[in-house]
Amino acid sequence: MVAREFFKSLGVSLWFMVLTFPLVAVRVNTIENTIQWRWANLAIVGVGAFVLSAVWRWALVRRETMLANAASGAGERSVRVWDSPVVTRTLGAALLVVFMGIPWLVSTYQTNILISFFLYVMLGIGLNIVVGVAGLLFLGYAAFYAIGAYAYALLNHYFGWGFWTVLPMGGVLAAVAGVLLAFPVLRLRGDYLAIVTLGFGEIVRLVLENWSDLTGGPSGISNIDRPGFFGQEMTVAGTNIYIYYIVFVAVLVTFVVAERLKDSRVGRALQALREDEIACEAMGIDRVGVKLMAFGLGTAWAGFAGVIFAAKTTFINPASFTFFESAIILSIVVLGGMGSNWGVILGAAFLVLLPEYMRAFSEYRMILFAAAMVLMMVFRPQGMIPARSKQYRIVDRELELSGE
Amino acid sequence: MESVLDVRSVSMNFGGLRALNDVTVVVRDGEIVSLIGPNGAGKTTFFNCVTSIYKPTEGEVYFTPRGSAPLRISGMKPNAVTALGMARTFQNIRLFQNMSVLENVMVARHCRTKAGIFGAVFRPGWVRREEAEIVEKSYALLKALGLHRWYNELAANLPYGQQRRLEIARALATEPRLLLLDEPAAGMNPQETAALKDLVLQIRDQFGLTILLIEHDMSMVMSISERIYVMEYGCLIAEGTPEAVSHDPRVIKAYLGEVEHA
Ligand SMILES: Nc1ncnc2c1ncn2[C@@H]1O[C@H](COP(=O)(O)OP(=O)(O)OP(=O)(O)O)[C@@H](O)[C@H]1O
Ligand SMILES: [Mg+2]
Repeated sequence: MVAREFFKSLGVSLWFMVLTFPLVAVRVNTIENTIQWRWANLAIVGVGAFVLSAVWRWALVRRETMLANAASGAGERSVRVWDSPVVTRTLGAALLVVFMGIPWLVSTYQTNILISFFLYVMLGIGLNIVVGVAGLLFLGYAAFYAIGAYAYALLNHYFGWGFWTVLPMGGVLAAVAGVLLAFPVLRLRGDYLAIVTLGFGEIVRLVLENWSDLTGGPSGISNIDRPGFFGQEMTVAGTNIYIYYIVFVAVLVTFVVAERLKDSRVGRALQALREDEIACEAMGIDRVGVKLMAFGLGTAWAGFAGVIFAAKTTFINPASFTFFESAIILSIVVLGGMGSNWGVILGAAFLVLLPEYMRAFSEYRMILFAAAMVLMMVFRPQGMIPARSKQYRIVDRELELSGE
Repeated sequence: MESVLDVRSVSMNFGGLRALNDVTVVVRDGEIVSLIGPNGAGKTTFFNCVTSIYKPTEGEVYFTPRGSAPLRISGMKPNAVTALGMARTFQNIRLFQNMSVLENVMVARHCRTKAGIFGAVFRPGWVRREEAEIVEKSYALLKALGLHRWYNELAANLPYGQQRRLEIARALATEPRLLLLDEPAAGMNPQETAALKDLVLQIRDQFGLTILLIEHDMSMVMSISERIYVMEYGCLIAEGTPEAVSHDPRVIKAYLGEVEHA
């Protein structure tokens, strides 16, 4: 076993050395017309490829054995720290305290990063309702973010409406748009649904870009009002902290609502839809109604987040709502764990906070990003914190007496 | 006796294939009726037509909900049919694999409960009571089917025979009057099949059900059914008591013919 893996890695390393030989080992010196042999480079490639391949194989083997163990111990589910309410409550309370205090301790720059982190958490949780809970692969989510943002920008620009008036409207508008989009795609699932929603995202962006009379086209809308605070004047740093608390509360609300939805009659219907549409219908659930609900419930949060985003940046243009944005939000959900809201928080931390604090590696950002996703798909396809069905506690004397 | 299910000359075409041809079936209150026939005879297709998963090409299906007059259900949505009091299990098990055993049953309480989005988020008293009742009733059903010790496990992790039982528990949670079982004993050993037979009789009496059963296990079919319908190539070829059907020359030919092919 070990020997076989060893020779396979050796093979890989030799293969890489052959492949890269002309590139790394041979250098023709055109001035003196001589050839320089750079054997050291070749050795580095060889050793490097060997080590990487060995690590890769070791990880694969480890995964196999873990899967085998899990299968043989069928039924018994491992106990995870995440499932204990004591742990999540303590962690939640600690996070709450830390995030409440943070804006007073750090610079405006740091607060801004955290605000954008929170916005992504909100977007992730919203998308999670559609993708993770209801199992509908959805690619154009940024469109609803744009709808919220433009709702505030336009209403503010043309009618002077304030943030607090538009905030609920943004959510409602995005939800309505989500339900409208859901009608034509009711029969679609999986890849087909993904393609149509992707198209929808692009349509919204193109409309915003080309309807210059209304939206200002690619140059967007500027001078959007910041949120008002009972008519008080505030410094820039002050407004920033104020917005920080607004997003923070918004995230809390999103989180609590999403968690409560998941373990409710509606949430169970959404999950049943994800698991098996035919069985779901046969068990008395209105498939169409539940699907529309999933879209509306998921897209509303993007609308809220969009309004807050517009108020925070005071300037928006269509470039903020490209497909890349949708992809990032989807990655947050997938990386964190489909259907798991704690997972979304961790996923957003990885994809939004980490890149900010690792500016040194910014050149390699996309490579690292891609590598992380590939590793994830191979070794932990269910995400960092996989969703798990709610564990009920039922007191049953007879069951205890039967000695189970 | 009152008829619970009244299927009148139903036909079903899939493109050029006529999977059901002029099938007429009547099931009366409290009966256990079986539908048998060789593989591909159209039994599952018949169930799908009755539960409105397919819309029959021709013919009509009438169902009599408890305390009501017969209703035409062909063309209704499957969930509406379930709400009227018809539930089914699937031949190829269709559980909600990534939900817990208890949740699988809880989902099926959907059409008997009311809480909406508002209730889910704000959880007023009546919603909490409803939720507690869902849990309680679902657990009681698991217990009746001997699945309660696994209530927090994923449905996918249950042993095969128990998954079939969970399908029955889930169907019962919709409070049906008519229960359609599609090969509930498939893949079970003789002991499990015998236990299943007792279970079917027990739930019939306990919940006042009428049962329509598709099954290949002849010992079970013959001992449990009051009447049997026999199907071949989409047509009914015989109907009657187990005794009469087992002596019917066409039935013997259909089954022996199948053995010769195999
Ligand atoms: N959705 C469908 N589209 C096309 N043909 C179908 C469809 N469903 C069933 N059929 C065909 O209809 C015929 C009857 O199938 P059905 O599944 O009803 O048989 P069955 O009696 O349940 O058989 P078994 O005992 O194997 O379960 C078969 O020839 C099958 O291939
Ligand atoms: Mg069948």
